[in-house]
Amino acid sequence: MFLTIVVLLPVLVAVVLLASPRLPGPVASWAWVGASAVDLTLIAWMWWRFDAGPAIDFDVKIRWIPTVDASYHVGVDGLSLPLLAMTGVLFLACAIWSLREQDRPRTYAALFLFLQTACLGTFAALDLILFFVFFDLTIVGMYFVIAGWGHGNARRSALKFFLYTFVGSLALLVGFIALFLGGERRTFDMVALAADPPLADSPLAGGLTLLAIGIGLAVKTPLFPFHTWLPDAHTDAPAAGSAILAGVLLKLGTYGFVRIAMPILPQAWQQWAMVIVIVGVISVVWGALVALAQTDVKRMIAYTSVNHMGYVLLGLGAAGLVADADGQARTVATVGALFQMVSHGLLTGALFLLTGVLWSRGRSYAFADWGGLARPAPVFAACLGVAAFGSLGLPGLSAFVAEFQIFTGALQGAPIATIVAVSGILVTAGLFLLALQRLLTGELQTPSALTAEPMRDMNGRELISVVPLLAMSLLLGLAPRWLLDVLEPAAVAVVELVSR
Amino acid sequence: MTGDGAAALAALVLLPSVAGIALLLSGRRADRLAGPVGVLVGMAGVALAAAVAIGRPVVSAPFLGIVPGGDLELAVDGLSAVLVVTVAVVAAAVTVFAVVDVPAGAARARFFGYLLLFTAAMLMTVTATTLPALLLAWEVMGATSYALIGYRWDVPGKLAAGTTAFLTTRAGDLGLYVAAGAALAGTGSLRLDDLATADGGWRDVAAAGIVLAALGKSAQLPFSGWLSAAMAGPSPVSALLHSATMVAAGGYLLLRIQPLLTATSWAANATAWAGVLTALVLGAVACGQRDLKQLLAASTAAQIGFVVLAAGAGATAGGAGQLVAHAAVKAGLFVAAGTWLTSLGTKQLIGLRGAARRHPGVGAAATVACLALAGVPPLSLWATKDEVLAGVDGAALRIVALAAAALSAAYAGRILVVVLGRPDSDAAAGGDASLDLEERGTRRVPPAATGIAAVLAVAAVGLGALALHPVADAGRAVLDAGGESTPTALELFASGSLALVVLALTLWRPGVVAIAVRSPLAGWVGLRGLLSPRPVLAVARAAAAVDDRGIDRAVRALAAGVRRLAVSASRADAHVVDGAVRAIAAGARSAGAAARRPQTGLLHQYYAQAAAGLAVLLVVLLVVR
Repeated sequence: MFLTIVVLLPVLVAVVLLASPRLPGPVASWAWVGASAVDLTLIAWMWWRFDAGPAIDFDVKIRWIPTVDASYHVGVDGLSLPLLAMTGVLFLACAIWSLREQDRPRTYAALFLFLQTACLGTFAALDLILFFVFFDLTIVGMYFVIAGWGHGNARRSALKFFLYTFVGSLALLVGFIALFLGGERRTFDMVALAADPPLADSPLAGGLTLLAIGIGLAVKTPLFPFHTWLPDAHTDAPAAGSAILAGVLLKLGTYGFVRIAMPILPQAWQQWAMVIVIVGVISVVWGALVALAQTDVKRMIAYTSVNHMGYVLLGLGAAGLVADADGQARTVATVGALFQMVSHGLLTGALFLLTGVLWSRGRSYAFADWGGLARPAPVFAACLGVAAFGSLGLPGLSAFVAEFQIFTGALQGAPIATIVAVSGILVTAGLFLLALQRLLTGELQTPSALTAEPMRDMNGRELISVVPLLAMSLLLGLAPRWLLDVLEPAAVAVVELVSR
Repeated sequence: MTGDGAAALAALVLLPSVAGIALLLSGRRADRLAGPVGVLVGMAGVALAAAVAIGRPVVSAPFLGIVPGGDLELAVDGLSAVLVVTVAVVAAAVTVFAVVDVPAGAARARFFGYLLLFTAAMLMTVTATTLPALLLAWEVMGATSYALIGYRWDVPGKLAAGTTAFLTTRAGDLGLYVAAGAALAGTGSLRLDDLATADGGWRDVAAAGIVLAALGKSAQLPFSGWLSAAMAGPSPVSALLHSATMVAAGGYLLLRIQPLLTATSWAANATAWAGVLTALVLGAVACGQRDLKQLLAASTAAQIGFVVLAAGAGATAGGAGQLVAHAAVKAGLFVAAGTWLTSLGTKQLIGLRGAARRHPGVGAAATVACLALAGVPPLSLWATKDEVLAGVDGAALRIVALAAAALSAAYAGRILVVVLGRPDSDAAAGGDASLDLEERGTRRVPPAATGIAAVLAVAAVGLGALALHPVADAGRAVLDAGGESTPTALELFASGSLALVVLALTLWRPGVVAIAVRSPLAGWVGLRGLLSPRPVLAVARAAAAVDDRGIDRAVRALAAGVRRLAVSASRADAHVVDGAVRAIAAGARSAGAAARRPQTGLLHQYYAQAAAGLAVLLVVLLVVR
C-alpha cells in the first residue's frame, strides 16, 4: 500500500484544498510545497528500500474490472523508480517556484497536485487500462494549467495540445485493446502480457498493434512528425507548467515504449527496430535544426526536447537490432536511453523555469527583446550557462552519460543512423551557445515593458527551485553509479525481453 | 587504486578541479584570493606531477557499467609522465604570468577558476586510459577553453571567438563519440589500449574517429581557423592553450593511439600527410601575418603539424620531444607577446619595432625562443624536428617536411627582424602613433613576467640536449620507444644549416618574406571561412519554415478539415436527415388533412362513399380471382 500512498497523497491534498474555499492563497501554495516534499521523502525512502534487480517491488494488485481482467496493479522496478523520483523532484521544484503565484493559487496548487498523482500513477501502473486512465488524466490536468494560467494565445494552444495528444491516446487505446484480444489469456495486466507475449505468431497483427501504440506514444513523446503541438503548448504555458510538460509528461511517451511496447511486443519491436531508429534520428536532426532557427528562447528549448527524445528512441530502437548487435552493445544503448529520460527531466525543467525568469521580468521570450543580461543578472547567467551546457551534453553533467551510452551502444547495430545522430550534438551546442551569446552578452537590452525598472537577478525562491535541479544533474554527470545501479539491471531485463 | 602514489594522481586532477570550482562559485568575493590560490595549486601540481611521473600509479573511479573500460581510469606511463610534467610546469608558469598580467580590477576568480579547471582537464586527458575518461576530460577542456577565450565577454566578438573555438573542436569531437562506439563494437571494451586489436571495419572507424577528433583539437587542416579566432582570448590563455595544452592534446592523442594508426592500412599515412601539410600551409600563413599573436597562432598549428607527422610516421619519441620543446618555446613567446601587449598596447608587428630593445629582459628571452622556433642549432626544436624527420619514410613527405621547417625559420626571422630592429626615433619621446593601437600600454614589464619568459627560454635551450645521443636514448627509454630511428649527424647538420640559411636570408632581406603579407596568406587562406555557420543556419531556417508551414499546417489543415466535415455533416444533418424527418411529418400531416376531408357529417355522402368502396372491393375481388 506504500506505493499507493505515494501516488494518491497529492490528489488527496488537492481535494482538501478544493474543499476549503476560505483558505488563503499563500497557505495553499505552502500546502502544495509540503505535500510534494512529503511525497518526495516517501519516494526517497522507497529508493532506499529498493533492492536493485529485475524484480518488481511494492507490488499491489486489486481486482477492478474482472470481466476484462483489468486491475489496480501498481509496482516499482528499475525502470519506473528513477522516473518516479524525477517526477517527485520536479514537482517539488515547481511548487517552490510557484510560491508567489497570485492568480487563483489554491486552484493552481490543487491542479498541479492532481497532475502529480496522474504522472506518478502512470509510471507506477502495471495494468494497461490503469496506465491509460492515468495517461489521459495528465492530458486533462495539463490542459487546464495551460488554458487557465497560460499567456499569449493560451486557450488555442491548450486546445491544440489537448486534441492532439488525446487523439494520440485513442490510438494507444486501440493498441491496448489489440493486445487484450491478441493474448492467449485475455488480460490487461502488463506483467502477464510480458510473460506470454500476445500476437507472437502473427507478424502483421503484431506490427499493426505496435503501429497503433507507437503513434499514440509518438504524439506524447513527441517524435517527428507529430511534434508540432509542443512548441505552441510550451510558449503559452506558465513556467512551472512547461517544466512539468517537458520534464515529466514527455517521459510518459518514452516510458510507454520501454514499459509496454518493448516487453509485450518483442517480435514486432525487433522487426521494426530500424524504423524506430530512423524515426529517432530524424527527430534528433530535425529538432536540433528547427531549434537553431527559432527566434524565441522558449520555442527553442521546446524543439530541443524533440531532439533529446529522439536520442531516447535511437537507443531503444537499437535495443531491438538483435541480428546486428551483441547484447552488450544493446544493453549500453538501453541504459543510455533510460538515463536520458531522467537527465532530460532535470535539465529541461531547469531551462524552462529559467525562461520563467525572463517572462516574470519582461513578459517576453523573444531573443530580439533581451541582451547583455550577464551584467545585471550574473546569477541568472551562471544558471542558464550550466543548464545550457548540460543540455548540449557537456561531460560532467548528466546528459553526457546518457548520450555517450546511446551513441556507443547504437553504433554497432545502426552505424549510419548513429553517425547522423551524433552530429545532432554539434547543432545543439551551436544553438545553445548562440542563445547564451544573444541573451547574456552585448549591449544591455530589455523589453519595453521593463524599461522603468532595472533587470532584477534571480531571487531566493527562484534559486531554490532551479539550483537543486542543476546540482542533481552535475551529481549524475560525475557520479552516475547511484542511478546506474538501479537502471542497469532493469535495462538488462528489458533487452532480454526484447531478444525473445 | 594500485601503484605508488595513486592518491597523488587523483589529487593531480582533483586539486585543480576542486579549487577551480570553488573559485567559480565564490564569484567576485574571491578575486583577491584567486591569484595566490592559482599559483599555489599550480606549484602543488608540479610536485604531484613529478611524484606520479616517478611512481607511475593507476587510479580509477566507477562510472559506466555493463562494459569493461567504462570506468574513469587514469594511469601514468612513459608518454603520460612526460606530458604530465610538461603540462604542470607550463601551467604553473603561465599562472604566475597571469597573476601579473590580468588586471587587478577584473573578475580574477572567474579567470583563475576556469584556468585551473582547464588545466585539470588537460592533465586528465593525458592520463586517461579509458574512452569515457578521455572524452570527459577532452570535452571539458573544450568548454573551459570557450570560457577562457570569451573571458572578456563584455567586449564584442570575444565570446563569439570562444563559440567558434568550441564548435570547431566539438565538430572533431564527434569522431571520438563514434570511435567509442566502434571500440565497443570491435573489442567489447572501452579501453584505449584495446583499440588496435579491434576487428575488421570497426578498427578503421575507430581510427578515423580519433584522427578527426585529434585534428580538430590540434587545429590541423582543415580545422585550423579556430586558432585564429582564439587569439581573442587574454594573453595568458593563449600562452597556455597554444603550448602545452589544448592543441597539444590532439598531438598527444595521436601519439597515444599510434599502434591503432599502424594497425590500419591508411590511417598512419593519412595522419602523416595531414600533419606535414598543416606544417607547410600554416607555416606559410604565419609568414603572411601582420599581428604577432596571429603569427604565433599559425605557427602553433604548423609546429604541432610535426607532432602529427611524427604520430603518423611512428616516431613517438620525436613527436613527444617536439611537443615538449614546442610547449616551452611557444609559451615563452606568448608570454613575451602578452607582456608587450600590456606594456606597449599593441600586438601589431608594425608597433612592436624594437620591442626587444625597450624591455631587454623579455626581449632576450623572446629572441632565444625565436631562434629555437626557427630550428637553429643547438636549440630544442632543431633537435626534436630532426628526431621526427628521422622516422619519416618516403621522399615526398620528407621534402614537404623540410620545406615546412624552412618556413618556420622564415616566420621566426620575421619576428626577430621586427623586435630586434631599432625603434623609430620619435617613439622614445612617447609620440609613436604605432603604439597603443589596441589598448593603453603601461610601458612597464613586471619582473615576474620577465622571470617566467626567462625560465621558459632556458627550457627551450636546454631541451636542445636531446640532440645528444645519450640524452635522446634516455628519453626513448622513458617512452619505451627504443627501436625508433635516430637522426644521423649529417641530417642534423643539414637541417641546422637549412634553418640558418633561411634565417639569415630573412634577416638580410626582410622584404622577401613580407611579400606574403599582401597575399591571401594574410587572411588564413580562407580557413576561417570554412567554419562559417551560415550554411547550417540556412538549412535550419528552411527546416523551421517546413516545420511551421508544412507539418504544422498539415496538422492544422487536418483539424480544419475535421471542422469543415463537421459543418457539412451538420448541414447534411439539418437538410437531409432532419429534412427527411420533416418531410415525413409534413406528409403525415397532409395525409391527415386529406383524411379529414371525407368526414363531412352528411349521411348521404357516407352512403355514397360506402357504395363506392364496395364497388372498388368488388372490382379488386374480380381482378384477383
